[in-house]
Amino acid sequence: MRRVLGYGGAALLAGWILVPIWFVVVGAFSTADSVYTYPLAPWPDWSLESMRFFVTSAGVPQALLSSVVVALITGVLTLLLAAPAGYALARFVFPGASAYRLTVLATRAFPVVVLSIPLAVFFLQWGIYDSVWGVAFMHTALALPFVVLMVAGVFAGVPVDIEEAAQIFGCSRFGAFRRAVVPNAAPGLAAAGTFAVLLSYNEVFAASILTLQEPTLPVFVLTGLTQAPLPFRYAGALFLLAPAFLFILLIRRRLVGVGGPTLR
Amino acid sequence: MSDIRISGLTKRYARGAAPAVKDVSVTVEDGEFFVLLGPSGCGKTTLLRAIAGLETPDTGTVHLGDRDVTALPPRRRDLAMVFQGYAVFPHLTVAENIGFGLRMRKEPRADVDAAVRYAAGLVQLGDYLDRYPSALSGGQRQRVAVARAVAVRPSVLLMDEPLSNLDALLRLSFRSELKALAKELHTTIVYVTHDQVEALSLGDRVAVMRAGEIVQCGTPMEVYDRPVDRFVGGFLGTPPMNMLPGEVFGGRGVAGIRAENIEASTTERAGALAGRVRLVEPLGSQLLVTVAAGEQDVKILTPTDFPAGDGADVWLSVAPERIRWFDADTERALAG
Repeated sequence: MRRVLGYGGAALLAGWILVPIWFVVVGAFSTADSVYTYPLAPWPDWSLESMRFFVTSAGVPQALLSSVVVALITGVLTLLLAAPAGYALARFVFPGASAYRLTVLATRAFPVVVLSIPLAVFFLQWGIYDSVWGVAFMHTALALPFVVLMVAGVFAGVPVDIEEAAQIFGCSRFGAFRRAVVPNAAPGLAAAGTFAVLLSYNEVFAASILTLQEPTLPVFVLTGLTQAPLPFRYAGALFLLAPAFLFILLIRRRLVGVGGPTLR
Repeated sequence: MSDIRISGLTKRYARGAAPAVKDVSVTVEDGEFFVLLGPSGCGKTTLLRAIAGLETPDTGTVHLGDRDVTALPPRRRDLAMVFQGYAVFPHLTVAENIGFGLRMRKEPRADVDAAVRYAAGLVQLGDYLDRYPSALSGGQRQRVAVARAVAVRPSVLLMDEPLSNLDALLRLSFRSELKALAKELHTTIVYVTHDQVEALSLGDRVAVMRAGEIVQCGTPMEVYDRPVDRFVGGFLGTPPMNMLPGEVFGGRGVAGIRAENIEASTTERAGALAGRVRLVEPLGSQLLVTVAAGEQDVKILTPTDFPAGDGADVWLSVAPERIRWFDADTERALAG
């Protein structure tokens, strides 16, 4: 009985998430005609019409490009900043280490809404408002707390003694990090970086406040949503969903217990 | 090839905490197989890591040959180390692992290859050069670690409990191999272990450590036969040295007697200590017999044909020169 309830609940939850997503897929890969029929067919008719329409719509290519550039900058910046922080958390016992860890997380409790307006003002002064850099900086700030903890978990999983062995056999401290730690942490670091990329790619609120003429894809889709024809909406939704899905599929195993068991 | 001179070395891990290593001064001779032996937490690994440069001592100096290396990072010390947990690089093949140190020194490729083949041959890894560590057993990984250390032809080779992660049978065979290897290399070796059998069988000299200090330093037979205090006597040997009240043998203090130095007889003898067999444990080549003598348990080793079974009366005698006397209060040995 318990099992039935458990699995039933799980199926219900999965359905709650998956059914709408499935209809997005159906809509995105159907011809415009069948998209407008009601009820929507349970299977797509595998047409690229909607997708083609979306990608070639005015503004989409630029927005997509902005999104990708912002996401990549975010990924690289986040990793560059998170790696030293995560490494410190994983390797060194320093006064206030746990307080630091908590602070890192606590920054997430700070509402983006409150932060965005003053940031927009600063970005205007610095001349990076409405640019990929401005958005990327914001997204880096948003991604950092999680990524720092993820990266700390990754580094904690690399044995200290191989780092020491590298130092014994000719490496400096940094050389040991580069030659012994990074190669073994690479899959985890890649996962953490991808996480930042996706967070940026799907982030809409900060991006909509910080851009005007150069929106990222989610912002562009959102602003046009009410006027856009159905195929555009379906295809846009799929474009925003797909990377996250692929990512979860690829690194599911590494996401479990991020910052958890490996990092005390 | 060089000697190691450590003087006045102290290392504390936390301010105010008891030092892990306390004012240790010791010299390891050139080409010597030197064993640091002690229970866990005695500071032996810290001392080794200070020689390696992985720990910075609070006070004191480390000299390798003529060089004061106290402030040098590990890579500038011309030494190699074998870690307890192997510490082979998982992302490199066996050959790349073994050649790591030489590649870091930017030696010509041909030289690296030759050294890798030589070192791999020494530890019988010649057929595994292209494998990754994940495809090796624990014993093979430790061989990689040893080969990697040997390949750089270090003037000093440090080993931190290299056998402790291996199973018993492998440990025994690898121990002999290490001894043979050490003979072949003529390198100065500092070897850390908590296993007294390992220490006695491998070392040219053994330094017994306790609570951050070297309690005794000498050849294996010296520390075994003439322990400087009760701790050393009790720590070395299986079973540990019997510690009996001195009056029994007509002296003061505590009489330390090795199990194999006690002669047991089933017939009464003048001057012998009477007791009753409490337990007989066959060890294969010998019997380990526990005899209750008064309020004391005495462990003795006898030939396997020793006739006394449980509960039998036995008389124990010891040649006086086989007794090691300790002061009852200070626990120090009474005679040199």
